[in-house]
Amino acid sequence: MQNRRVLRIAVPLLASFALVASACGSDGDTSSSASDAVDDTETTDATEAPAEAEAASGDICLDGDVVELGFLNSTSGGMAISEQTVRDSLILGAEEINAAGGIFGKQIEFIEEDGQSEPTVFAEKINKLLTEDEVAAVFGGWTSASRKAMLPVVEGAKGLLFYPVQYEGLEASENIYYTGATTNQQIIPAMDFLASEGVETLFLAGSDYVFPRTANKIIKQYAAVLGIEIVGEEYVPLDSDDWTTQVAKIAEAQPDFVFNTINGSSNVGFIKAYDEAGLSADNSPIISVSIAEEEAPAMGVDLTGQYASWNYFQSVDSPENTTFIEAFQAKYGDRPTSDPMEAAYTSLYLYKNMVEKAESFCVDAINEAADGVSFAAPEGLVTINGENNHIAKTSLIGQINADNQFDIVFSSEGPIQPDPFLEGYDWWDPTAG
Amino acid sequence: MTAKESSDQPDAEHRHGAQGAAGARSTSSLAQRLSTYGPLIGIAVLAFLLLVWAPNSLSTFRLGNLGRYCALALASMGIGLAWGRGGMLVLGQGVFFGLGAYAMAMHMKLEVAGPGGVPDFMMLYGDGTMPSWWEPFRSGPFTLFAIVAVPLVVSFLLGYAILKRRVKGSYFAILTQAMAVAFATLLIATIKQTGGFNGLNTFSTFFGHNLYNPEVQTNIYRLAAGLVIVFLVILWQLYRSRYGELLVATRDAEERIRFLGYDPANIKLAAFMMAAVMASIGGAMFVPIVGIVSPSSVDASASILLVAGVALGGRASLFGPALGAIAVGYGRSTLSESFPTQWTYFLGGLFIVVVLILPGGVASLWPMLRSRLSSVQRKPSSIDVDDGLEADEPAVLA
Amino acid sequence: MGSNSGLRPWFSIDVFVGDGRARARSSPTGCPLLDDDVKAETVDVFTTPFLTGTANGAILLMAALGLTLTFGQMGVINMAHGEFLMVGAYVAYLTQQVTGATGFSIVVALPMAFIFAGLLGLLLEITVIQWMYERPLDTLLATVGVALVLQQLAQDVFGAQGDPVVAPSWLGGRISVFGYEWPHRQLFTIVLALGALGALSAVLKYTGFGRRIRATVQNRQLAETLGVSTRNVDRITFFLGSGLAGLGGVAVALISGTNPTLGTAYIIPAFLVVVVGGVGQLKGTLIAAWVVGVVTAFLTDWISGSMAQVLTFALVVIFLVMRPQGLFTSRTRSMA
Repeated sequence: MQNRRVLRIAVPLLASFALVASACGSDGDTSSSASDAVDDTETTDATEAPAEAEAASGDICLDGDVVELGFLNSTSGGMAISEQTVRDSLILGAEEINAAGGIFGKQIEFIEEDGQSEPTVFAEKINKLLTEDEVAAVFGGWTSASRKAMLPVVEGAKGLLFYPVQYEGLEASENIYYTGATTNQQIIPAMDFLASEGVETLFLAGSDYVFPRTANKIIKQYAAVLGIEIVGEEYVPLDSDDWTTQVAKIAEAQPDFVFNTINGSSNVGFIKAYDEAGLSADNSPIISVSIAEEEAPAMGVDLTGQYASWNYFQSVDSPENTTFIEAFQAKYGDRPTSDPMEAAYTSLYLYKNMVEKAESFCVDAINEAADGVSFAAPEGLVTINGENNHIAKTSLIGQINADNQFDIVFSSEGPIQPDPFLEGYDWWDPTAG
Repeated sequence: MTAKESSDQPDAEHRHGAQGAAGARSTSSLAQRLSTYGPLIGIAVLAFLLLVWAPNSLSTFRLGNLGRYCALALASMGIGLAWGRGGMLVLGQGVFFGLGAYAMAMHMKLEVAGPGGVPDFMMLYGDGTMPSWWEPFRSGPFTLFAIVAVPLVVSFLLGYAILKRRVKGSYFAILTQAMAVAFATLLIATIKQTGGFNGLNTFSTFFGHNLYNPEVQTNIYRLAAGLVIVFLVILWQLYRSRYGELLVATRDAEERIRFLGYDPANIKLAAFMMAAVMASIGGAMFVPIVGIVSPSSVDASASILLVAGVALGGRASLFGPALGAIAVGYGRSTLSESFPTQWTYFLGGLFIVVVLILPGGVASLWPMLRSRLSSVQRKPSSIDVDDGLEADEPAVLA
Repeated sequence: MGSNSGLRPWFSIDVFVGDGRARARSSPTGCPLLDDDVKAETVDVFTTPFLTGTANGAILLMAALGLTLTFGQMGVINMAHGEFLMVGAYVAYLTQQVTGATGFSIVVALPMAFIFAGLLGLLLEITVIQWMYERPLDTLLATVGVALVLQQLAQDVFGAQGDPVVAPSWLGGRISVFGYEWPHRQLFTIVLALGALGALSAVLKYTGFGRRIRATVQNRQLAETLGVSTRNVDRITFFLGSGLAGLGGVAVALISGTNPTLGTAYIIPAFLVVVVGGVGQLKGTLIAAWVVGVVTAFLTDWISGSMAQVLTFALVVIFLVMRPQGLFTSRTRSMA
């Protein structure tokens, strides 16, 4: 009996697999205009006209009244913690834009995909979104690994990706718009702040992956210029939460400040170990780049007085921010707003502005029109820099108060132009260790 | 046992996949030949589907996905050999998958860097100097050699150390899983040499061919699918051979094999090494198809995913691991599109259901059905897996 | 914009100018007893990792005890054991939601975690495991599936973001040991683990069902003929083992709060501890957990955290190659 029951399930399953596999042959030719040059200029094939195929002038690369966008975030796996809010704010932005008439008169329809916190899945899903679903643009990504995995795909498919997360810079692509901060908009201003506070010794604590390592490389070089001494540098793997040993080293070194580039749940372990060792904002303050309004209350420790370097805080005082917070909380309840999800929200509006300036959904036209496109974002005015596809953002340093909100204690005088390769900084030597 | 019986037995024992029971029902030479060579027909059908039908019917995107499943299927077929036939549950094939994948990725990175150049990430994260052990991978032939040789050596060392000491069963399984975790951690920790958490990505050519050319992509797919077919044939022959018998015998009755004068450690070691090589080749094909290799393709959960396909398809059968791997990969892509969280439940449920109800996987359905329908007692076969009617040997050392 | 709110004054510290660099050392007792930098540093080099390692080993012990029980007695490998740790952590969080982050919350959370994790283990045993005794490979695979399901459940119920567990004030202090400020939490973890071990040994030695457990382990069939209901004994064992993991989960929650993937970090080290100590050997598990914890802590101190994990694994493999049966074995698989 059991066998038959299982058979009844298994056979249809296999049969349906065979059916689907055979049905999947709609657009199936593999020929293309060949160009064997090392340059990656191939588009993938399709028999229907893709939304972003170049055509005669007057073609806006879109048929119909609907523009399809892809939202690619991890809603499962370890990164879902952070990426779910990005997804939520993207949906909010899309609904707002639709209510206001859409992009260039076209209503947005979004396709949601789950990156499963794995770079290979991100690559696969963005490939699907760009080549099968033929969306006009994709919004998402989180870890640098996911972005690096998506980069060749989006360049090969000549699509558009809007990446909303602060990251380590040293990258620029024609097909990616980076709406998160690069290092000269977040790390370097933080160092300037520390210098202005008279900090002389600094301890670096980070998770063991590319963003903290690169950030610390920059910090060390800049610290030498500022006259700040680095008294320690410790890394703990992303999936390890135990910082007790390293915090003991911090307690022993007693730096003026700790620069925290830890990410994920490891941050919780760090803060708790910090607290256990008797360190706090009074005797050993921390400035971090990944503790925001959502993470702060989840630490289980009073973080009042600690610092963070971002480009947006919920406490930013502007009418745009007030509207944004109201809309977000009206839709999702009493949840805090924070930098990456605001950057994602901003990226959607920037795309809208780019399209409307270019009067086209074609990727080439958008790229030509992108430079100088701006948007009055909740964080302040942001402007796209067409040279590197990043945006000029204002840097903010906030101090946590008793409500787990940030009091802004330092800000750059206006938006900082993005410099992902740190070309404008002559102390930067990329080849040094 | 008369000479005739003993020569009949091997033929009757090597039924595979959906070919059904030949057994004692018919002694006609046609049925015998069918049961012996039937799998080849199945392989031919699969070859047609994969190499002829698929490239002409599927879109480039779906074809790329299928290519990825084929790369994973190679690794899973190795697990089928080691576990299904050899009784060694290997939960850490991610290590060998990663060895092959990183070897191929290093070569492709050096291709991008050009002659004398250094991969970009070394300049980004390090100080621009390349470790000397990268240098040999500039050469294509060496890379191919390394893809086969390095896992051979590593699996020999590991297997020799572990199997000779008669560590078996569950200890072995746990050790292999710990191995995968350790290797993934090692990769993450060595960001300047291996790209760390980001892994190796951003390739442009595959042995001189432009990766973004759809023709090239199709050919790479054909290579992966072709390797699956080739290894299916190799495994078919292996399972029919004397070594195949020995392996199954070692799986089922290790001590008796020892008393017969063989060293079961050597027998299992050979299977382990072959499984390692197959996983490595799978990894090597994975890289040009997917475009990235990172520690998340190496760690415990990636290794377990490889095993899932084998368990689903039928671990001791010929086609089971390959088809199961393709099914699991496909399920992951499509189910996760519509039901992202449900996919995890499905995967977990898959393990539970397969172990509880269907230890032999889908491949064991057909023989089970036939044996229930037919009145003739079915001879035990090598594709039978222990369904718990007799107790396993305890995992504690003798 | 940009008003400087002014920093709070720095904590004033005694500064010893040692080798030309300003190196500060706080003097916990108020008297500069450890004026000698070299001596203090030597002590620190050993004390901190040793104590941290012991505390981590204590958590490993609590995780491994349950595993060695079920593995040794029933030949069952439970890869979902890490999820029982997670359950214990979430119970601690939920207890705090109910009682508030008071001093009592942890005291209440401990038995609750034990019971809940134990019940979950019992459920697992009844539904899945009981058909697979003495089939360790099968239980391994099946429980891998169970672990996936439980992790996803936790994520769906509690959200992917972890939840905080606030340490009560009596756990927040430090005591000074050889100049190292030892957090109370670590001391508490060690006491908890030893207490659990002691209670388990006492149960096994002195109580009725402890005797029945030992009988079942030594000779299941003979025990059955004597009227011992081995089915019930197995269930009790599973309950006990899982409950112990729940206790460990509370300790883990005090380190870093809860999150759905908490169990995955501990399951492999726990198994390695079981195997190194010898399956079914309680004192072997104790020693193995301690050694693994301390060795990892020392390695973390000397080299980075990631390489420490790799090296620990390599050392365990080398040890197992030299002595595959673990530290302790016995001819009959005894629980003493």
